[in-house]
Amino acid sequence: MGKFFAVVLTIIALVSAVPIVRHTWWMPPDISTHGHAIDEQLTDTMAEAGFSFLAAQLLLAFFVWKFSERKDSGPIKSLPGGAKGLVIAALILVGTEMLALGVLGQKAWASVYFTPASPNALHVQAQAGQFAFYFRYPGADGKFGGLHPDKIDEGNQNYFGLDPANEVEARDDIVTGELAIPANREVLLLMHSKDVGHSFYVPELRMQQDFVPGLDLSVHFTATKVGRYEIVCTQLCGLGHYNMKAYLNVMAQDDFEKWLKQKASEQ
Amino acid sequence: MKVNHILMSGIAVLAAAAMAVAAPGSGTVSGKVTYEGTPAKQKPIDMSKEPSCAKEHATPITTEGVVTGAGNTLENVVVYISAGAPDGATAPAQAVTVTQKGCQYVPHLVALQVNQELKIVNEDQTSHNIHPLAKSNREWNKSQPPGSPAISEKFDKEEFIAVKCNIHPWMHSTFAVLKTSHYSVTANGGAFTLPNLPPGKYTISAWHESYGTQTQDVTITGSETKSISFVFKAKAY
Amino acid sequence: MQEASAPQAQQGHHGPPEGFIRKYVFSLDHKVIGKQYYALALVAVFIGMILSWLMRYHLIYPNGKIFGLEFLSKVGAPGGVMTPEYYLSLMTMHGTLMVFFVLTNAPFAAFGNYFLPIQIGAEDMAFPRFNMMSFWVTFVAFLVLMTAFFIPDGPPISGWTAYAPLSAVGPDAGPGQGWGQNLWGISIALFCVGSLLGSLNFIATTLDLRAKGMTLMRMPLSTWAWFITACISLLAFAVLLPACLLLVLDRMAGTSFFIPAGLVVSDRLQAHAGGSPLLWQHLFWFFGHPEVYIAILPAMGIVSHILVNSIRRPLLSAKVIIYSMMSIGFLSYMVWGHHMFVSGMNPFSSLMFSFPTLTITIPATVMTLIWLGSLYGARIRFTSASLFALGFISMFVSGGVSGFFLAQPSIDIYLHATYFVVGHFHMVMGVAAIFAVFAGTYFWFPKMTGRMMSEGLGKVHFWITFVGTYCIFMPFHYLGLAGNVRRYSSFVDDFLLPLMPVHRFITIAALITGAAQFIFLYNLIYSRFRGKVAPVNPWEATSLEWTIPSPPPWNNFGDRHPIVYHDPHQYGVKGSLGDYVMQDSPEKIENES
Repeated sequence: MGKFFAVVLTIIALVSAVPIVRHTWWMPPDISTHGHAIDEQLTDTMAEAGFSFLAAQLLLAFFVWKFSERKDSGPIKSLPGGAKGLVIAALILVGTEMLALGVLGQKAWASVYFTPASPNALHVQAQAGQFAFYFRYPGADGKFGGLHPDKIDEGNQNYFGLDPANEVEARDDIVTGELAIPANREVLLLMHSKDVGHSFYVPELRMQQDFVPGLDLSVHFTATKVGRYEIVCTQLCGLGHYNMKAYLNVMAQDDFEKWLKQKASEQ
Repeated sequence: MKVNHILMSGIAVLAAAAMAVAAPGSGTVSGKVTYEGTPAKQKPIDMSKEPSCAKEHATPITTEGVVTGAGNTLENVVVYISAGAPDGATAPAQAVTVTQKGCQYVPHLVALQVNQELKIVNEDQTSHNIHPLAKSNREWNKSQPPGSPAISEKFDKEEFIAVKCNIHPWMHSTFAVLKTSHYSVTANGGAFTLPNLPPGKYTISAWHESYGTQTQDVTITGSETKSISFVFKAKAY
Repeated sequence: MQEASAPQAQQGHHGPPEGFIRKYVFSLDHKVIGKQYYALALVAVFIGMILSWLMRYHLIYPNGKIFGLEFLSKVGAPGGVMTPEYYLSLMTMHGTLMVFFVLTNAPFAAFGNYFLPIQIGAEDMAFPRFNMMSFWVTFVAFLVLMTAFFIPDGPPISGWTAYAPLSAVGPDAGPGQGWGQNLWGISIALFCVGSLLGSLNFIATTLDLRAKGMTLMRMPLSTWAWFITACISLLAFAVLLPACLLLVLDRMAGTSFFIPAGLVVSDRLQAHAGGSPLLWQHLFWFFGHPEVYIAILPAMGIVSHILVNSIRRPLLSAKVIIYSMMSIGFLSYMVWGHHMFVSGMNPFSSLMFSFPTLTITIPATVMTLIWLGSLYGARIRFTSASLFALGFISMFVSGGVSGFFLAQPSIDIYLHATYFVVGHFHMVMGVAAIFAVFAGTYFWFPKMTGRMMSEGLGKVHFWITFVGTYCIFMPFHYLGLAGNVRRYSSFVDDFLLPLMPVHRFITIAALITGAAQFIFLYNLIYSRFRGKVAPVNPWEATSLEWTIPSPPPWNNFGDRHPIVYHDPHQYGVKGSLGDYVMQDSPEKIENES
């Protein structure tokens, strides 16, 4: 029974490691300027976690194989070093490892959260509401009109509750269902929730941030590769949560300007 | 002489009874609904979040808050008798169907009678969620995955109910639940007609989802056709 | 050397039970109460498992008809096709049942109630009436929760975490957010009360009712685990209880603890102002993180207890295990923010929470190394119980290493709310902790019922479950690395479609592994009535529960007052009859530590 346990466990441990080593199911290529730090951190952690996982499972398998009770079992032995050795080893190795991960990891975190947006970032407002994302560009006047929850009229595409009849700033606001941004230009995404908690997640962008009703949150990032990516909601928001997404269109600067003009004419 | 008298009174009684029971009148009220001013631009609907529906429309459809036709006519106006109609209009056995297709409610507006069966069908590959925001009627909220059976519902009070799909925010509709059987929804061309009206004094109402309600009083004396028109004031925003 | 006062001085003691109701229903006997908790957990786990089958099936066949589901809910599954909201309802009930009614009940309330007094040599718990109340309050909580299935609007859809404002604004938030959410709040509040009563009992009993010679350091590791868990539990449930009440007030009394102004839900402007959704998260996770240690610590204690017996030698150091469990308990209160790294709270707080989170790795690693190191030079006996105990070590490692990733906010930016997280907590809670419950069942069944379970069936159960749970939950981590978002009722996004084959594999593994649990259920029920009669000490174990008859009499030790001379780790002792010495044996042992 011990030998069988050891063999099965070894197979499980090795088979589990294969998709990790071969990146069979893995993160998509990073399209952001801050993402490489996250990816490096993940790779480092994977090496340590992978080592710990394999070492522990294979050690368990080996000990179970070797130390099953048998008729000819010798006297009971103790691990050299005893508990003291293990505790010291754990404190030093694991302690240092965890400290390293923690300290090194904060650089990636800081690059996302502790650096302010650049002054000429493109400002786009994102509104999350059951169950779609809508985006707003400030238009030619560079100003956003006010948000009036009582004026929301979704059947007529007034998702933000704008009041163009009474507010000049609102008249040139451009509301779209897709987030188009120019490549290699920093974007400041101002995040607003209409109803409940939602979240903004683009795996390729290595960006995830919750929308919190009542809080003015924002994230900033720069996308580097032209393409079409999915923004998906990751904070359970109700029955349509699974179908709450929008497309992130990263475009060349010219294409972006053409797109924005086209959208402005449709308002 | 006496026999004649009895016969005539008999016929008169029968005729009166016939009129009281059957009474399908022969008067008609008809006309057109138009608007003045400039209506707000209808915007193209961005369906990119639902690719299975987006691809059903070669060019994006536009919002239907104000649907106009040639000659400044207005579609989707519910013209109906709001007062003066004979009581006790029983609901027809025939169901009214609304279909969700291409992430749109087809038709955009559904008019039906109190207690008439409403059938809701989903022809799309995505789930829809029907949420009539009823205030006087019972409010309910049902999801309809593709492949699930048609939803059958009834409303027991007169009300213009705003309807939304929770999953697709642009999908909006109205269920106009009416007490009377005399109603007409304007189509392209803005025309409406209310036939089979017995003689009487009626209040005709015209309801539009963006421009509100207007009323007019009309009296029918026999089998004439009275022509009336409604003119709504368009709003720029 | 702390000596307890003699058991005759016990307060509130009861005489032998008379009549059916006193014996089996409203019993003051901690053993009956323990069995009642176990039975409740058993019912809850099978319901929870069936819910997970429905969920897994729906994920791979979103528009498929599930025969019979429309009888459970006509609105939730019209024509047998599960609606998106019903998936979320089933998911919410699955999580709630499993975390509260299974993982807090079985390793802690069930086994702890049954064995803590016996393992310390006491006649019963310190407050038998409170104890009885704690079970019945928990039972009522269960009934209140299950009612949600049968109301028109159905169970809530906000997950077991019930984040506000989704959970707080009421029916406008969607189907399932009507009375279902109120019932949830009331049920969990009741559950908190039951847990608090239970924890008070465990702590008072452990400190005051130990037999003569039973110092704290001579208590078995399972008792230590129950004691530490009870201490954590007292503070944790004391925070969840008011949180649930505040949630119910927001929903029913128009307060705005968790709801800010200006929310438009279902086209309606909500009449609330001034509340904070983050406040709910802080309150919930202040409870929620210690809660997961409430689930795992008793499991660690039970496994340690069984392991020592199965490897026929003491652990390298029981003291280190005890201090590690204490430090895990202490640290568990400092890490709750790691559930909220990207929640919108101050990003500096996120960094601060990550350091204690990473630090918890140290005692967890120490314990794993002690278990592994104790295997060196041992003589391992393979029984169903010991297989599950060894399997626990493997599962705890697997579940624990994914924690390295999630403890770091920068990596959590990518992995938060993906299947990586779901894989992590299922491995530690849904598998490892459950393995400990299985191990405890196979180990203690003979004592509780006087009969042996079938070892053959137990081993079949182990192998299918061991391989099966790896097949189910290891792929969750791969899905998470690919960005597969959690809590989706179906997968419609472009980037998720290539992952469907993995989901199909998982569903098949889940159905097979789930089916194997009926082998366990059959074994349990059959053996209860037809199992081989069990001796007093079938496993040649040392702790006090093995000195009393199987099953024990109402007052455990009869008229005896046990006197304890050793700790429970005296295995492989030179010069003893057989290779073990029981705790109450006056036999002197050379070089006893």
